[in-house]
Amino acid sequence: MAAPIRKRLLGVVAVFGGLLLAVAVVAPLVGTTRISLAHVFDRTTPFADNLDAQIFFIARLPRVVAAALVGAGLATAGVVFQALLRNPLAAPETLGVSIGASLGAMIAITLLPATAILGVPSVSVASFLGSLGALAVVYALSIARSRGMSSTVLLLGGVVLTTFLGAIVSFIQYLADFTKTFQTVRWLMGSLDVGSYTAIVAALVPMVIAAIGYATLPRTLDLITLGPDAAAARGVDVARAERVALVSASLSTGAAVSLGGPIGFIGIVVPHLVRMLVGADHRLVLPAAALFGAAFLIGCDLLARTIAAPVELPVGIVTAMIGGPFFLWLLLRRTR
Amino acid sequence: MTRTLLALALAVRILVAPALGGAMAQDASTVPHRVVSLIPAVTEMIFAIGDGDRLVGVSSYDRYPPAVQKLARVGGLLDPNIETILSLRPDLVIVYDTQQELKQRLARANIPVYRYEHRGLADITQTLRAVGARLGSADAANRAAAKMESDLAAIQRSVAGKPRPKTMLVFGREPGSLRGIDASGGYGFLHDMLGVAGGDNVFADVKRQSVEATTEMVLARQPEVIIELRYGDSLPTFDTARIVREWDALSSVPAVRNHRVYVLTGDQFVVPGPRVVEATREIAEVLHRR
Repeated sequence: MAAPIRKRLLGVVAVFGGLLLAVAVVAPLVGTTRISLAHVFDRTTPFADNLDAQIFFIARLPRVVAAALVGAGLATAGVVFQALLRNPLAAPETLGVSIGASLGAMIAITLLPATAILGVPSVSVASFLGSLGALAVVYALSIARSRGMSSTVLLLGGVVLTTFLGAIVSFIQYLADFTKTFQTVRWLMGSLDVGSYTAIVAALVPMVIAAIGYATLPRTLDLITLGPDAAAARGVDVARAERVALVSASLSTGAAVSLGGPIGFIGIVVPHLVRMLVGADHRLVLPAAALFGAAFLIGCDLLARTIAAPVELPVGIVTAMIGGPFFLWLLLRRTR
Repeated sequence: MTRTLLALALAVRILVAPALGGAMAQDASTVPHRVVSLIPAVTEMIFAIGDGDRLVGVSSYDRYPPAVQKLARVGGLLDPNIETILSLRPDLVIVYDTQQELKQRLARANIPVYRYEHRGLADITQTLRAVGARLGSADAANRAAAKMESDLAAIQRSVAGKPRPKTMLVFGREPGSLRGIDASGGYGFLHDMLGVAGGDNVFADVKRQSVEATTEMVLARQPEVIIELRYGDSLPTFDTARIVREWDALSSVPAVRNHRVYVLTGDQFVVPGPRVVEATREIAEVLHRR
């Protein structure tokens, strides 16, 4: 029989946490410019003259932190959406929250005056507001669901919302000035060069709320995976749990996309990968996905900024190029 | 009746041709009189050599000279409207060489095309001469091209011997933040203009037209001057002081620390036509302001 859950959880946190720690320590030290760690923390040189410290603290550290947050946010959202919709193809993009965030960013880039709100760039703010708008629609769908809407209908509603918002994104891109169209296309490829810590702190707020929501979920998600009737039979308030799950996963998606853009593949590959490694128990899957998602995206971003030096690749291309073939290989290996 | 008119028109063209094309022995029947230009730079060239009255249609991105406002719009690089183009009954269409489908459709309609390619600064005067020859205005085009070349040479002479600041030429970024900075790489007319104006491009080694400059690249390359170009639809709404202030997030970069971030506005920086001389002069002015 499996070891007690507490022990297994400790093991999961030790292994995936160790991986994350290792990646997070190495990533800020590696890049297109060679920097010396001793010089970074050399207090005798003033910061304004210490190029190594500037590169470390202004360029790389915020990137690594942003990658960790975005990776964890998208991976956990993927886990929750897949369980909730009982569909292995579900991802943070499925219910329209991600494209809502993209639409907000498109509007800010093409139509709104450039500005910053409390130090957070207007593009990120508009993007998060866009995700909230989509969340409102998703929430209405979830209320309808608690009155008996099937998860297929919920999924269908989300897919239609995604397509609809996607059409508006295309419309805005088509109308925009040529250079702005290019900026919107670039934004949609995702980037973790966030430029400031303020944007990170701003994204952290919804992420923490989502994490609190996640903390209440694991047992009920396990039961919901078996089917809402089975869950209800065990005394779970399925409707309420589903709403908590939807809102938490949506907030985490919105925060991640408004910070780093719609970076694909993390939200679908990482949950499946983690389930293959730790099993289906959500008490293990959720923390493992958060830690592994963070480590995976830090690693992908490290590749994105070094592999084609002196230029960079958009990180979304790297996640897809690594995640796609790797995932297919895993599927083939498992069915052999 | 129609045939007589056509013959008459042809005769008139042959008689008038020498006046249009100067001494050039140009086959009069091929000198175009109804030109559609999908390239803003070529539109400006045609106006510069005095043949603007032959244009009947321009791209959706044309803004200069003001006379283009009265001309029909036929789409752009990605969305040329073949129907509008055909309805203008052009006898020459100036297209991007990459517009394969458009070229095929125009060939089917038996409409001649001039194929344009976007390259370096030296290619601008070359294109000007070629377009002029195609329009039967070789003399005017040669004069305009020679004037551009001597003006650019004069700018180059005026900055010779002056220190050449390490410069980052930014032509786009995400509004309101220092994300997604697009800077000129070491290839193309922007890079060439910077060189003529007496600056050294910090991304000269990256042989591409554009480089996406991350925070790390800006810090590592240490530009002494940052020139930010603003152009396009939102032209009148820029708040220059705020644009400069946004760079304060990278206060340790020499250009920011020494208050050498400049904003230059206007389409002349992104349209590789006759106005590049003016644009180069503006760049030279801010580079050597101290």
